[in-house]
Amino acid sequence: MNSPEQRIRRLVTRLGWTSVALGAAPLVKPREVARAVGVDDDPRAGLVVRMVGARELLHAALLLAGPVQTVWTRVAGDALDLALLGGAARSRSGARRTRALTALALVGGITVIDVYAAARSTRRQHGGRRPGPLELRASTTINKGPDEVYAFWRDLEHLPTFMLHLQSVDDLGGNRSRWRANAPLRRRTVEWDAEITSEEPGRRITWTSLPGADVPNSGTVHFAPAPDGHGTEVKVVLHYDVPAGRLGRAVARVLGEEPTQQVRDDLRRLKQVLETGDLVRTESLPEGTDARRQAVQRPAMAEGDQR
Amino acid sequence: MRAVVWQGPGKVSVDNVPDPRILNDRDAIIRVTSTAICGSDLHLYDGYVPEVVPGDIFGHEFMGEVVEVGRGVTGLAPGDRVVVPFPIACGACRACERDLWSLCENSNPNAGLAEKMMGHSPAGIFGYSHLLGGYPGGQAEYVRVPFADVGPLKIEDDLTDEQVLFLTDVLPTGYMGADLCDIAPGDVVAVWGAGPVGQFAAMSAQLLGAARVIVIDRVPERLALAKDHLGVDVLDYEETSVLMELRELTAGRGPDHCIEAVGMEAHADFTPLHLYDKAKQLVKSQTDRPQALREAILACGNGGTVAVMGVYGGFIDKFPMGSVMNRSLTIKTGQAHVHRYLRPLRDRIRAGEIDPSYIISHRLPLEEAPHGYDIFKNKLDDCTKVVLKP
Repeated sequence: MNSPEQRIRRLVTRLGWTSVALGAAPLVKPREVARAVGVDDDPRAGLVVRMVGARELLHAALLLAGPVQTVWTRVAGDALDLALLGGAARSRSGARRTRALTALALVGGITVIDVYAAARSTRRQHGGRRPGPLELRASTTINKGPDEVYAFWRDLEHLPTFMLHLQSVDDLGGNRSRWRANAPLRRRTVEWDAEITSEEPGRRITWTSLPGADVPNSGTVHFAPAPDGHGTEVKVVLHYDVPAGRLGRAVARVLGEEPTQQVRDDLRRLKQVLETGDLVRTESLPEGTDARRQAVQRPAMAEGDQR
Repeated sequence: MRAVVWQGPGKVSVDNVPDPRILNDRDAIIRVTSTAICGSDLHLYDGYVPEVVPGDIFGHEFMGEVVEVGRGVTGLAPGDRVVVPFPIACGACRACERDLWSLCENSNPNAGLAEKMMGHSPAGIFGYSHLLGGYPGGQAEYVRVPFADVGPLKIEDDLTDEQVLFLTDVLPTGYMGADLCDIAPGDVVAVWGAGPVGQFAAMSAQLLGAARVIVIDRVPERLALAKDHLGVDVLDYEETSVLMELRELTAGRGPDHCIEAVGMEAHADFTPLHLYDKAKQLVKSQTDRPQALREAILACGNGGTVAVMGVYGGFIDKFPMGSVMNRSLTIKTGQAHVHRYLRPLRDRIRAGEIDPSYIISHRLPLEEAPHGYDIFKNKLDDCTKVVLKP
């Protein structure tokens, strides 16, 4: 329950509730707030304070209902507030100036938290992974013997039935194979050749892409008897040599927002195919388990014409 | 076809929607002849269960006639009359093999979502949120049933729909509550909730040899139903202190076992704790209100079992773990493993030992489902159970 993603989500939610409080106060008690920040001498203060409150509620709505990146709107709001309070402090003196400076310091403190959250939220956008070698691990237990699971996987042409981003894998003979996958916007196909570099029948397969691949990658899948004696523990480790820049982002998109989730879903589909004979489909997910479709699902009713 | 479609918290409508189609070889399409509104549907209806989407078709208690089967379905043919268990189970994974059908490892294509919230995913359930699969439910004219060679039970004799409909959920759910308690002769069992699951839990506790069964609720007609039909003792928690009464009735020991058949929207007296629960639920920092569960734990005798059959969706507060730990209580729970109980309970119905139809208070056409939800939720018109006829 404590991944960096969850921690940042929790922080953003807390900031959202802070916005609720900060937004409610100026709307309910504009005069008191104006006095507290030392601007009650300005006839326009009531209006400005209310507008700040309304904007704060907008942040709250975005932060609580939207993705974590919406926390950037708070950073923008903070900049505005700091400018307003800075102006107010400069043109005042005495107790009002002290109050404006105190408010300025408080907003400054919140700004630090907002900037931290915003920076972290953006890093998370690409799965929390900076460009560079990317390692993904996932595992599942399948209620079939290791030999059967191994044999299914070893026939590489089976892979696209459960690996969603693959279009096809053709066996070229001599441990070599040609892989075709959907490119980011699905307008074109990426292709690369791979070679099985070592294997132990019923235990392990290791492969690596051959020179010329857009994204050099390699992987190993282990098959081990489950402790119960009749299942197989399948463990996959994948390495992508993700370059920096645009291509890196494209790779992140192929892999989806949460690459590990996708590999896990691949294994879930493998389990479904081996145990039940087919992918499990629902009206909301007619193509079966798909992490990319999980965020926004169509209602649980059949597709097609109404009769 | 016509189907009961969720529109938003507290609102369902009966709409025209596309007919279901076979998506997998092991699917069957069922023409629904009877379907019921479940107490757990009310949690979805009220908007307390996460990942329910406007447009979702509700309903997980249904039976009917097979009209179409996929190529991979064995043992079932068009024309067969079937009852369908509410959990969807493949029959091939380790959980199904271990008789834990509501934990099928393959039937929830949204397992990734469920894992985020619950750690691991349970089985998919008909019409029960996208967290549990996003399957359209059976409060409709037709429904697609996956793994039709595993779940549906053929009803080949002259038992009526009303006699066998509750095999789909509430009867096995109540029965599992009693089964989990490992009742020994002479045991006293207390049941929180006199709704359909509570009624069947009390009935099952009697069947499994409890010396005395006490049912707790506040709705007079439900208590009367339990008292008159089952011959159990009843307590109205608005009239009396449940903890004190249970102590008295058991000469200070407390019930040997407690079955909680209430769940996440427990009603409670107007107490600060109830207001605290309700407020936390409203701001989503607690999803469930566990008042009945807390009471069942505190009431249970030392070393006893608390079987939780009421539905919970997320998180609870103020859980009396100290009472559980220090007094060696055992908490057992789960969505009913319906497939496990289907045939034995069908046999008991056939033998005339039980007739679950006594809980039905309303029989309505499918078109009147919104009214059915309203009276069932608000316990109006002496409503204990609504059966819809598409």
